Amino acid sequence: MTKIKTLADLERIKNELRSELDLESGLLNSENAVKIKVGMGTSGIASGAKDVMDFLIEALEKRNIEAIVSQTGDMGYSYAEPTIEVQKPGKDPVVFGDVDIKKADLIIEKYIKLGEELQGVIPVNYQTIDN
Amino acid sequence: MITNLGGFKMSQHKQIRIALNNCGVIDPENIKEYIARDGYVALGKCLTEMKPQDVINEIKESGLRGRGGGGFPTGLKWEIASKNHADQKYVVCNADEGDPGAFMDRSILEGDPHAVLEAMAICGYSMGATKGLVYIRAEYPLAIKRLKVAIEQAREYGLLGKKLFETDFDFDIELRYGAGAFVCGEETSLIHSMEGLRGEPTIKPPYPAEKGYLGKPTNVNNVETYANIPIILRKGASWFNKIGTEKSKGTKVFALAGKVKNVGLVEVPMGTTLREVIYEIGGGIENDKKFKAVQTGGPSGGCLTEKHLDTPIDFDNLLAAGSMMGSGGMIVMDEDNCMVSVAKFYLDFTVEESCGKCSPCRIGNKRLYELLDRITQGKGELSDLQRLRNMSLVIKDTSLCGLGQTSPNPVLSTLDNFYDEYLAHVTDKKCPSGECKDLMTYFVIEENCVGCTACARVCPVGAITGEKKEVHYINPEICIKCGACEERCKFDAIIVK
Ligand SMILES: Cc1cc2nc3c(=O)[nH]c(=O)nc-3n(C[C@H](O)[C@H](O)[C@H](O)COP(=O)(O)O)c2cc1C
Ligand code: SF4
Ligand code: SF4
Repeated sequence: MTKIKTLADLERIKNELRSELDLESGLLNSENAVKIKVGMGTSGIASGAKDVMDFLIEALEKRNIEAIVSQTGDMGYSYAEPTIEVQKPGKDPVVFGDVDIKKADLIIEKYIKLGEELQGVIPVNYQTIDN
Repeated sequence: MITNLGGFKMSQHKQIRIALNNCGVIDPENIKEYIARDGYVALGKCLTEMKPQDVINEIKESGLRGRGGGGFPTGLKWEIASKNHADQKYVVCNADEGDPGAFMDRSILEGDPHAVLEAMAICGYSMGATKGLVYIRAEYPLAIKRLKVAIEQAREYGLLGKKLFETDFDFDIELRYGAGAFVCGEETSLIHSMEGLRGEPTIKPPYPAEKGYLGKPTNVNNVETYANIPIILRKGASWFNKIGTEKSKGTKVFALAGKVKNVGLVEVPMGTTLREVIYEIGGGIENDKKFKAVQTGGPSGGCLTEKHLDTPIDFDNLLAAGSMMGSGGMIVMDEDNCMVSVAKFYLDFTVEESCGKCSPCRIGNKRLYELLDRITQGKGELSDLQRLRNMSLVIKDTSLCGLGQTSPNPVLSTLDNFYDEYLAHVTDKKCPSGECKDLMTYFVIEENCVGCTACARVCPVGAITGEKKEVHYINPEICIKCGACEERCKFDAIIVK
């Protein structure tokens, strides 16, 4: 591991991350993969987020869908845990609430595969700062 | 959701995520994801382009005030610590988070641990400290795990350790575990606890900035306070101080809970009104009941009412309204909540959590609790209300630490805002909201009763008598007020008053 010594090193790591993601997803370009984040704070996990994440990883693989599933912190929607964010290539990310395994299955079949709209989407209700 | 909406002024969204910027966005166990979102750039900039005093000046100019409850200006605190010279100084992160129902700090640590580590290193640079300590309750295992992973990764990348960014600045961070006592969130108590002593507060001054951990100058800040630091330094004080109100800059994270539809974490600019938080973000009251009160500031805070709904939330406004910002718990209550019981709930907590060092808090709060308990049982007297108030004021004035100095606030604010409800308990022996079981009676409305006997069959204690097809009667001496009969009766013949 090379240590970070300058601001330029930080910039380099940024790019490294991108190529690592590409590698991980087995694709030429991770931009082509569906990206899924599972809210795994304490309350997410307590509501079953871990099972949902395991299911997603397995099911997406079995169904031959190119996807990167990762964990993230609490998204803030305690009333709708577990929550997952799904971003299809070239699309805005969509957050689904109350995701159990049944719903995760539906999300794969309907939203990811067919692009159909589904119930239980949590609208974006905050602004982010540009980094 | 991560799309940039092009400047916060133009959006209709009430929330702005600064402290929660990365929370729910990055994988907290992968330092590269933090770096990909410009993580550690602020530290690099500080170390290579700024003098310690420049960093302090920037934080001062940002107007950032402590998010742990008191709202002390963060830049000023750093400056004081920087001016106290010693061979060793310490940077401490207060992750005790003891308010019932609060989980802002836990969420930040679980979702974005590097932001806190980076901020602590920046603080260390500004005040001349090389050691950081995170005091975290052992009841937060996931936050602890992610902090450990983050510290390990930061060390691997040379972002913690020796000669950071090829300068002479060394900084490393360790964890210290607390056993989950509320009083250990108080900074002097926290420091004693870290030293292996009893978690009891001592009189300030000396402040930790002068004599803190192991007697050395120590800066204590809250998790959320730190989480704001890297962004302020990246985007500049003049960006940050445009958000918020005149005296409270930036945003505040609240754990919205209670009788609102959308419970969860919210982060709003200072100056947002309670109404906007409860109705627009929180989606309003559950089951379309009537709003009654909102409790902010946890056991140190108070209950605000309808008339405060349009008050812009900031440190000073909440204080003026008889509550306080606190660390960010926000509990919404509806018409079914009894305000005497709410006060009793918080006093029960305080009595449990008082360290017992000083008598006003140890004994006074217990007496307050007993008075409230009597009132909720219908055994209170009118003079008890004055007694409650007097005792509250004495406890506030004479307690040693912030716990005792604020613990009567829930009593005082409910007395101020819901005096009629107290009166109903002591003079009519009634609880208007129907929450105090001891003050309720179940009885049968004769006109509605058809004598179906359903209630008599469901009563667990045989309190209901009556012949088939004749009006039934509930014996109040036997009734344990379980409510089963009321639920069972199909003819609305049983009511509670
Ligand atoms: C009884 C009591 C409990 C406290 N609990 C906490 C806590 O859990 N977390 C916290 O950050 N500050 C807590 N504080 C405030 C701390 O003493 C201290 O003011 C704070 O950590 C300073 O950080 P800040 O300036 O960033 O807010 C508590 C204070 C009192 C009196
Ligand atoms: S006010 Fe209460 S918690 Fe604080 S020192 Fe006194 S007894 Fe302990
Ligand atoms: S409230 Fe419960 S105990 Fe009282 S009469 Fe009804 S069923 Fe019996």
